[in-house]
Amino acid sequence: MSDAFVSLTNITLTYGSTVAVPNLDLDIEEGELVALLGPSGCGKTTTMRAIAGLLTPTSGRIVIDGADVTRTPANKRGIGLVFQSYALFPHLNAFENVAFGLRLQRMSEVEVRARTQAGMATVGLTGFEARKPAEMSGGQQQRVALARSLVMEPKVLLLDEPLSNLDARLRLEMRNELQRVQKETGITIVFVTHDQSEALALADRIVLMKDGKIEQLGTPEDLYTQPVSAFVADFVGFENIFDVEEADIVSTQGRLKLGFHVQTSKLAWRPSGVAVGTGPYTGTVVSSSFAGGHREYVLDSVLGPIKADAAIDVPEVPIGHDIAFDLPQTTARPLAA
Amino acid sequence: MPRAAVWIILGATLTFLIGPFLIIILAGASAGEALSFPPQGFSLRWYAKVFTVESFRASFTLSMFLAVFGTITALLIGIPAAYALNRYDVPGAETIRSVVAAPIIVPGIIVGLALLRYFVIPLDVTITMALFVTHTALVLPYAVRVVSSSLNNLRADMEEAAVVLGCTRIQAFTKVILPNIRGGILAAFILGFVTSFNEVPASLFLSGPGVRTLPIDMLSYMEITFDPSVAALSALLAFMSVAIVLLAERLLGFSRYV
Repeated sequence: MSDAFVSLTNITLTYGSTVAVPNLDLDIEEGELVALLGPSGCGKTTTMRAIAGLLTPTSGRIVIDGADVTRTPANKRGIGLVFQSYALFPHLNAFENVAFGLRLQRMSEVEVRARTQAGMATVGLTGFEARKPAEMSGGQQQRVALARSLVMEPKVLLLDEPLSNLDARLRLEMRNELQRVQKETGITIVFVTHDQSEALALADRIVLMKDGKIEQLGTPEDLYTQPVSAFVADFVGFENIFDVEEADIVSTQGRLKLGFHVQTSKLAWRPSGVAVGTGPYTGTVVSSSFAGGHREYVLDSVLGPIKADAAIDVPEVPIGHDIAFDLPQTTARPLAA
Repeated sequence: MPRAAVWIILGATLTFLIGPFLIIILAGASAGEALSFPPQGFSLRWYAKVFTVESFRASFTLSMFLAVFGTITALLIGIPAAYALNRYDVPGAETIRSVVAAPIIVPGIIVGLALLRYFVIPLDVTITMALFVTHTALVLPYAVRVVSSSLNNLRADMEEAAVVLGCTRIQAFTKVILPNIRGGILAAFILGFVTSFNEVPASLFLSGPGVRTLPIDMLSYMEITFDPSVAALSALLAFMSVAIVLLAERLLGFSRYV
């Protein structure tokens, strides 16, 4: 048995006859901030619901803080869950929403008030106690939902797509908020997201899932620099992925002679890893857009479209013109499959 | 649209909506012996007489009983039914919805006849019981529909949020779901109450000697006695409805929900 703080051992999760997650193993350490990342339908939310107790695994074990909670109902697990929709109670004001869980426990009114006020202060909502959810902005509602979970002092805090409903500025604010809360409380946080930039920016470790299975598990640096598969590579921004056959790079459209030798079946390059302006290959510019620090090109080549970022000091090549490019060995990421 | 046309439409609408009500109030306040309009003189004696007619008192009590307890019973069945249909994959949900809605679609006279033939006569139930069951059944569609529509506005994850915070399923229902569908329940109650209180066709079949709902009692009273007391009673009932709505508005902020 693993001695991790949260340990999922060989769990299978099903909806009716559909297996959403088959035989998953996952260990999460105390105080870690873990992201469950993947496209919709990959089983990340299902896994989170299983940790919360809203879904009972058909097989396997879930251990939290040394106790087997596989059969423990959600209301006895001591887990916090912030829903994507926030799921605030519309008939209660912000204060009563935050106090809701505390009031269910046998706790004095004085303590309920003290802890609720402290919770409201933690998320910076002091003064908003009397507001109903409908009278608050999305960002404020989310902070009420966060406070409502935090005041329960949960063993694990689960967040479902915590940043996806917020605009760019609020997203940054909430991201900082989550990191601050985690640093202050030392709470273990698991959050679900489909956005790799969120996961890379926030998480200590990322669990990248596909079809109910863990595709890769590692630090953001690991995933970003050393994706193990084409799926992971694509997810973290290697937009040019090609098969390798003997000494050629192959796509469905054609093949190019590779300038170096590798023992791998696939190679991937980020747009920033493609050299533009010089090189042995030629492509026609199909689109060109200015992106601040660089210029984003889509080139039509023998291999099909190639995405390439050019430094801003390289003179712009107009659409329809040819440009030389290279797929250098230094920026190539070999992939197993 | 020209201004004049707007005023004509507005005037006509008000006339046809409120006009009959005014005619009834005035006809009931007539000093004459027969129901007529315009009224002959002014007197409140027919309003006073309403309270002295023994059968009106009995039938009013029966109608009130049916409207209040029939609607409450319909809600006690309808709220869990609406909840189940809304939250779970109930087998044959569409069929259940259609069956529940049937009393709205099927003419009351057919409901009454069918109940008389296949429920009251074979089972030999009392008239009051037959009326009670009928009114409950007639109100049930409104209870299910109105409560369903307010449940539809509530997200299922709100209940899960309550459970994760420590609620049992029952607590989640009473602490989170019920308070948020309160308006729907109140609306269903008022709708059901009015439907039951005004119900004539089905009750006509089921009423028996000495046991009649108020509208039927008023009909048979008019067949024998054509005095203004029926108009006076109608006016009183209309005032009662207005009072109920105003009270509900004052106590519970009814208009916020409808």
